[in-house]
Amino acid sequence: MTLSDTPDRASARAGAPPQAESRLQPVPFRGGGFRPVRMRFVGPLVFAAILLLWEAGSRSGVISNLVLPAPSEAFEAFRQLVETGQLWRHLGASLQRLVIGWTLGMSLGVAAGLMIGLFSLARAGLMPLVSALFPIPKIALLPLFVIWFGIGEGSKVATILFGSFFPTVIATSAGVDNVDRSLVRMGQSFGLSWWSIVRKIILPGAMPAILSGARISASIAIILLVAAEMIGAEYGVGAYILMAGSLFATDQLLAGVAILSVMGLLVGWLIGRAERWLLRWRS
Amino acid sequence: MDLLLRGVSHRYGDTQVLADIDLAVGEGEIVCIIGPSGCGKSTLLRFIGGLERPDAGEVLLAGEPPAGSLNPLTYVFQDFALLPWRTVEGNVSLVLEDHGLSAARRREIIQDVLERTGLSDFKGALPRQLSGGMKQRVAIARALSVRPAVMLMDEPLSALDSQTRELLMDDLVGLWQRERFTACYVTHNLAEAVRLGHKIVVLSRRPGKIREIVEIDRDLADRQQADAKLEAVQRDLWHLLRDEARAADRELADDTV
Repeated sequence: MTLSDTPDRASARAGAPPQAESRLQPVPFRGGGFRPVRMRFVGPLVFAAILLLWEAGSRSGVISNLVLPAPSEAFEAFRQLVETGQLWRHLGASLQRLVIGWTLGMSLGVAAGLMIGLFSLARAGLMPLVSALFPIPKIALLPLFVIWFGIGEGSKVATILFGSFFPTVIATSAGVDNVDRSLVRMGQSFGLSWWSIVRKIILPGAMPAILSGARISASIAIILLVAAEMIGAEYGVGAYILMAGSLFATDQLLAGVAILSVMGLLVGWLIGRAERWLLRWRS
Repeated sequence: MDLLLRGVSHRYGDTQVLADIDLAVGEGEIVCIIGPSGCGKSTLLRFIGGLERPDAGEVLLAGEPPAGSLNPLTYVFQDFALLPWRTVEGNVSLVLEDHGLSAARRREIIQDVLERTGLSDFKGALPRQLSGGMKQRVAIARALSVRPAVMLMDEPLSALDSQTRELLMDDLVGLWQRERFTACYVTHNLAEAVRLGHKIVVLSRRPGKIREIVEIDRDLADRQQADAKLEAVQRDLWHLLRDEARAADRELADDTV
């Protein structure tokens, strides 16, 4: 390539008209996309469509009642649950276990995650342990928990606690690692105390990771709740589902599963609210 | 309070980054440190602020810090280092919270520094809502709030576009006129150095040594753009630096900071 332009190129650049008007065409558009747009009604609509199809299939006999009861039957089972007042008993027992187990697991997990993130000794000592214990399905340990913590509430809470502890540890320590070190240097350069730096810089900086960890651990907690309640629980959504299953009361079983699903949605929504409030500083 | 560096040397692993730096920063003086990239000027500033320790030599403070100084050596960072979850007010408050001041006294100080930096209308804004220039003004307000004896400014205007840089330079000149603060100002921008520096320290390429110290005695307020004398100084500085800068540019980067 030479630096000097040939005369005709130079004149074309200087504003000479394009060769022929007929060959003018718009620049093809190639941008756009790759950016999720918020669509409020599509999700519920998909739900409704599936339920309607399912109901229609059951009524017309395409779906056998033995294989899968109609949504209306499951709803009827749910209505009965409400009317007899059993719902609140089951739900109350389950929520209590969930809240206690998950809160304890989260608190201990955040504490352990902070330790791992802040102290090299804790990282060297605990991280391999966490990696070794995290993949163990806590359900497999349930009999041990029963021996250790008793057949009552103890073993159930412990299962949920352990299940939500490990993902929280991993999320928190990763969050601490990702806190912008220049902010920590800033804190040091202004003479902030160690504890102030942890409380005012590290912890808020790790908060996004902690909250996304909370989302995962909450789902795990619900899964484990049902598993735990299948052993020696009188009340609880899991116990209800187990009972329905052993009686082949599939409508009740579905009602129970629907309750779990709503519980999951609700927890997700609550964490979403918490995220929006705690992370309102993010764009 | 004066600042004194004696025989400061440092190496990172096998690379010597700074060799035998002697420097004095007098009260009320802005000392600009310039040099090719990788010459250790930011490292030098970290030694001065006590964020890192040199292998050899010492950084000394002479005299008492001014009365009421909460943090005698105070940084202004290139990347602003504002907490994104705190408002303008909260970011200034952060550095006051560990000093046992009453909430009323803190509010008073915050209000005062925000007024001095023209930020009063923005005290409830979050960093993400602010332009780069405003963010750096907040960082400067934060630095002023602890009444520093020496401000350590690490390329404070390098992350800003050139127009904002001009505006902030004017602000800094105005601020210096009023407060006569002492500053160590690291930059790679020669125009900034001749505009703000009473003394310009030219560092050589790695290992950084002091090549020359240029003093400019013209008052900061009189330094207009297109000033022939300042331009001559700037040309001389560029002359000093050009070959070094070219050589530094062609160096392979490794683990130096």
